[in-house]
Amino acid sequence: MRYALLVYETEACVKGRDDPEYQAAYTAYIKAIYGSGVAVGGSGLQDAATTTTFRLVGGERHIQDGPFADTKEQLAGFFLIDVPNLDKALEWAARCPSTARGGIVEVRPALEQPQ
Amino acid sequence: MDPAELAARASYGRLLSILAVRTHDLAGAEDALAEAFLAAVTQWPSEGVPRNPEAWLLTAARRKLVDAARRRRTQDEKHVLLQVNVGDAADGDFFGDERLRLLFVCAHPAIDAAVRTPLMLQTVLGLDAARIATALRVAPKTMGQRLWRAKTKIRDARISFDVPAEELSARSFAVLEAIYAAYGSGWEDVSGRAAASRGLTEEAIWLARLTVRLLPEEPEARGLLALMLYAEARAEARRGEDGAYIPLTEQDPSRWDPHRIAEAEAILTEAARMGRVGPLQLEAAIQSAHLDARRSGARDDRALSLLYEALVQMAPTLGVRVAHAVAVSKTEGPARGLERLDAIEPSRSDDYQPYWSARAHLLERIGRLDDARDAYDRAIGLTEEDGVRRWLLARKRALGATADVSGANRDGM
Repeated sequence: MRYALLVYETEACVKGRDDPEYQAAYTAYIKAIYGSGVAVGGSGLQDAATTTTFRLVGGERHIQDGPFADTKEQLAGFFLIDVPNLDKALEWAARCPSTARGGIVEVRPALEQPQ
Repeated sequence: MDPAELAARASYGRLLSILAVRTHDLAGAEDALAEAFLAAVTQWPSEGVPRNPEAWLLTAARRKLVDAARRRRTQDEKHVLLQVNVGDAADGDFFGDERLRLLFVCAHPAIDAAVRTPLMLQTVLGLDAARIATALRVAPKTMGQRLWRAKTKIRDARISFDVPAEELSARSFAVLEAIYAAYGSGWEDVSGRAAASRGLTEEAIWLARLTVRLLPEEPEARGLLALMLYAEARAEARRGEDGAYIPLTEQDPSRWDPHRIAEAEAILTEAARMGRVGPLQLEAAIQSAHLDARRSGARDDRALSLLYEALVQMAPTLGVRVAHAVAVSKTEGPARGLERLDAIEPSRSDDYQPYWSARAHLLERIGRLDDARDAYDRAIGLTEEDGVRRWLLARKRALGATADVSGANRDGM
């Protein structure tokens, strides 16, 4: 079963990305989650301020700077993992280094892929 | 835990076990008991606390059970009425204790092993599903469903609350295993978080004490209690003033709890006198040897290795095999320890943090530093505890960017 691990970070957490300790923890996490054959894909994302949002309103294009939802925590990255069940997915969420710095991990089951 | 909470906990399991053993309906018994507690909260303040509160609660819960059967208009109303009143001594001062049967039902082979621990925590201790889910790192909804399914199965499949004599030992072990799993959920929590998300170490020790009382002839019950007390004795010593993780070999023995150690020693001695060794007693003996070594400064690696050898013969679990490999490395050198680790199937070790942590350490000792760095990363990436993560990061950093040390003589092998 595939799950998305959606990692949200606070602004302080995003600002702390330069911390070598944090980087080393993330390098290790990525090595472990891919090394165990669990991760299918994913990526860290740049600061939410770099986002551009597109939508159609009444057939009209709207392009705006910034994310569409302005929240305290921002989407900072994601993993797509393939594990037997939600328990395993939660184990990987618990290992995510962001959580030790106030980050949040949303675990969301993926839709079945059309064949 | 405060005394009121302890008393409520003791009453809860005792009362629930009596209700459930009669009706085989755990969920129904839980509902009835919850209603009885609610009635007590509303009535006792105005009418005064009854002379025997437990008997009052039991009588009230029985009435609720009968009422519930009546509401369902099932033909088994008479049945329920008879069941709940069998051997009724609730108006007296004494009634029995059926918690042992309850423990055995929770560990019945027909109950999924993954739900045995939560089922025990909920029925014997009255913990709510959300708390159990958080401690065992399971989604609350999933936990609720699993518990509900297990209770439905016990009722509908009429799982017996009696244990056949020939199954007693296997079932006792399943009970102890489930209690140990509850303890494990909290042991990892080095940093000692808030009560709500903390593990279940206290609850597990409470259950183990209860099991020792209920199964006085089972040395493994004592073995488990001793094992957990040894571990608990040094729980505080695992973190420094700044919250940093401190491994056993670097802990300050003066920070260990001497009362818990003394109690553990006494209990393990009692178990040993029974003359039937089991894996839990061996694990406790290993803990005891580790503590002795730290206190006396003279580690008997040979003795430890032999204990692990016996343990791996009896119970070759993943954790035991990894610990055994480390013990072997101390007597026969890191290369021999690594051989033991290599023998573990990758599918089992892939996401097992202690395996990678041990591997990193042994690779470091034989000077395969690139491989050690890789293994440290795997271990760090598999760590949930920030304190442990930082400790491993520091160890990896200490390797520096040094290239592999050629040859294998770096560690006096």
